[in-house]
Amino acid sequence: MIRYAYQGTGFEGWEERLQALPPALCSALLRDMIRIRVIEEEIERRYHQDQMKTPIHLVIGQEASSVGFCAALTREDLLYSGHRTHGAYLAKGGDLRGMLCEMHCRINGCAGSRGGSMHLIDKRAGMAGTSAIVGGAVPIAAGAALSLKLRGSDRVAAVFLGDAATEEGVVSETLNFAALKRLPMIFVCENNFYSVQSPLATRQPARDLHRWAAEHGVASVQVDGTNVLAAREAALAAVERARSGGGPSFIEARLYRFRAHGGAGDDSKTGYRDLEELHQWETVDPIRTYFDFLSRTQLADDRQRDAMYQAAMKEVADAFEFALASPNPEQKDLYTHVYSD
Amino acid sequence: MPWDEGLVNSLVYEGPDPSEGRILSYAKAINEAFAIAMEHDPSVIVLGQGVDDPSAMFGTTRGLQARFGGARIFDTPVAEESIMGVCTGAAMNGLRPVYMHNRPDFILLAFNQLVTHASKVHFMDNGQTNVPMVVWAAIGRGWGSGAQHSQSIQGLLLGVPGLKIVMPSTPADAKGLLLSAIADNNPVLVFEHRWLMKKDGVVPEGHYRIPLGEGVVRRRGTDLTVVGASHAIELASQAATRLAKEGIEAEVIDLRTVKPIDEAIIEESLGKTGRLVVVDTGWAMGGVCAEIGCLAAEKWFHLLQAPVRRIALPDVPSPAGFTLEQFYYPDVERIQAIMRGLARQ
Ligand SMILES: Cc1ncc(C[n+]2csc(CCOP(=O)(O)OP(=O)(O)O)c2C)c(N)n1
Repeated sequence: MIRYAYQGTGFEGWEERLQALPPALCSALLRDMIRIRVIEEEIERRYHQDQMKTPIHLVIGQEASSVGFCAALTREDLLYSGHRTHGAYLAKGGDLRGMLCEMHCRINGCAGSRGGSMHLIDKRAGMAGTSAIVGGAVPIAAGAALSLKLRGSDRVAAVFLGDAATEEGVVSETLNFAALKRLPMIFVCENNFYSVQSPLATRQPARDLHRWAAEHGVASVQVDGTNVLAAREAALAAVERARSGGGPSFIEARLYRFRAHGGAGDDSKTGYRDLEELHQWETVDPIRTYFDFLSRTQLADDRQRDAMYQAAMKEVADAFEFALASPNPEQKDLYTHVYSD
Repeated sequence: MPWDEGLVNSLVYEGPDPSEGRILSYAKAINEAFAIAMEHDPSVIVLGQGVDDPSAMFGTTRGLQARFGGARIFDTPVAEESIMGVCTGAAMNGLRPVYMHNRPDFILLAFNQLVTHASKVHFMDNGQTNVPMVVWAAIGRGWGSGAQHSQSIQGLLLGVPGLKIVMPSTPADAKGLLLSAIADNNPVLVFEHRWLMKKDGVVPEGHYRIPLGEGVVRRRGTDLTVVGASHAIELASQAATRLAKEGIEAEVIDLRTVKPIDEAIIEESLGKTGRLVVVDTGWAMGGVCAEIGCLAAEKWFHLLQAPVRRIALPDVPSPAGFTLEQFYYPDVERIQAIMRGLARQ
C-alpha cells in the first residue's frame, strides 16, 4: 500500500523557465547531484568493510533538495543541518577529502575525528555546524542569523531539518523567534514522511507542514523536492526575502529517501513502508527525471552524463585512497579543545 | 512591600568600611559590569525574560536599554530551549550573548542546548568554533516559592566538560567575575544568589577582571578549613566570625568559581588545618560538596585529621512553607555547630 504517494508533476511546464537559465548552471545542477549520488553509493558499497566506523545517514533520493537549495546560497552564507549531513555538506562546497577522513576516524578529518558522519563541518565553505539531536541545529541557525543581522551583514543562515524535527518544541519556538526578529534565515524542511521507521501519520495529525509553519508568522511554501529547479527557485525567493530584510522563510520539500534511515541498503522489507511506495518514488528519481528533462530540451546527452559519473567516480576513488592513507589520532589528541583559550 | 522583598531587605551583612573605597550594592555592581562590558565590546548583547522591564532583573540591567538600545539588550519569548540555542548560534558567529534568567530552574528547559550543544561545539569541531556566552541566573530562597523556583542546579552541571560555573559572594567579585565571564571564550554559567543582591561592599571603579578558577582566602585560621561559594560561604564566614569568639579559628575559602575548582588553594589550607568542611547552596549529594569531598579523599587523604563534613541541602526538594524552610536550609547556627564539632574532633 502506498501511504505517501508522489503528488508532484515533475518537470511539466518547466521548459520556459529552463530556457531562461544559463546552460552552464543547468548542467552544474546535474553534475552536483550525480557527484553526491556517486559518493553516497561508494560509501554504501564500502560500508560493510567496517573501515568507516561511523553511523551513516545517506541522502540517496534526496539530492535535488541538497543541490537545489544550496545553489541559491553563496559560499559565505551559513548552513546548518541535522544528522543527515552528507548532502548539505557536499552541496555547500564542503571538502570531500575532509569528509571521508572524518568518516574513517582520521586526525585530518574535517572535525578531527570528534564528529563522524553526523558532524561534517567546513567553515571555509560556510558549512557551519550540525546537530545529531533532532531539531538541535535549528535555534543555532537562528542565532547565527541574529548575529548576521545585528552585525549588518547581508549574508543569510539556512538550516536543513527533517519532518520529525517539526515535532520538537524548539522548532516552533525558533519559528516564533525568527518571525519576531525578522531574521535572515531559511528553514528547509525535507519531508520524507518517515522518522526512522515511524510514518508521519503516527506522529502528527493530517496537516501540511508548510501551513503549520506559516501559522508562526513565517512565509512558507511547499515544493516538489524531487525537482532540483523547483528547490532552487523556492530557495532563491527565500534568500532574496532574507537579504532584503523581509525575514525568514520555511520551505517544505516533499521527497523520499531511497535507503534505510541509517546504514547501507534499504530496509523497506521490514514492513514499516511498502516496497511499492519506494518503487513509485524511484520512478521520480531526482537525477533521472532532471537528466531526462535536460536531454528532451537538448541541454544534456548521455555522453555528458556519463562523463559526469566518470569524473565523480575518479574523484571519490582518490579521496578514499587519501583517507585510508591518513594518520589516526594519538592519545594526546583526545584532550585538546575541551575549552577555548 | 511584598513580604519576600522585606525578607531580603532585612538581611544583615557586616557593613563595609567606607574608608576602603566606594561602596556599592551587589546588584549595582553587576549593573556596572554590564555597562562596562557593553561599552567596551560592541559584540556583547544581553537578553532574557524581563531584562528591560521595570524591575530590571533585580536592578542588574537597569538603564542599559536606554543607553545601548533595544538591538543589544532585549526581552525574549518564554522559550528557554530555543533562546539558549539562539545564544549558542550567536556566540558561534561573533557575538557575546549574556542570557539572563531570574531563576536557575528555567535553565533546566534548555539543558539540551546548554549541555549537548553549547558546551561541546568547540570540542566537536576540533577547536574551529568558540562559544563565548554567559548564562546568568539568580538562585531563589525563602520566597515560599518552593521546589520549582528555589533550585541550585550547579551540581547538575558540574560534571559537564566544556562549561565553567561562577558563584560570587561579594559585590566586587560579582562585578569582576562577570567581566571575566563575558570575556571568556567558553560557555560560562554565573549563579548569583537572591539574598546577596542587596549586600553592600567596596567595589573598585572601572574595568577589572577576577580570573575564573581562582579562589580567595576570606579569613585566615588554623583549626579547620571551610570552603564553598556564593551565599553558602557568606553564611560560613558569619559562622567563622562567631567561632573566633569561642577561640576556634576557621580558615574561610571562597572558591568564587566552582568549575574549574581551585584545588591548590584548598590543598594549601588543608595542609595547615587537616580539617575540611564544604558548604554549598545546592544538594549535598552528587554536587559541589560531594566533588570536593571526593577530591579530599583521593588527593589529600594524607592531610586529613578528621572526616570531611558537607553542609548543604538534604536529598529532598525545597519545601514552600516558611516553617519547613527553616528545617531545610542550613543557617549560621547550624553551620557554626558543625564547624565547632569538627574543630574539636
Ligand atoms: C531529540 C532526539 N530524539 C530522537 C532522536 C533519534 N533520531 C535520530 S534521527 C531520527 C529521525 C529524524 O527524522 P527526520 O527529522 O524526519 O529526519 P530524517 O532522518 O528523515 O532525515 C530520530 C528520531 C534524536 N537523534 N534526537
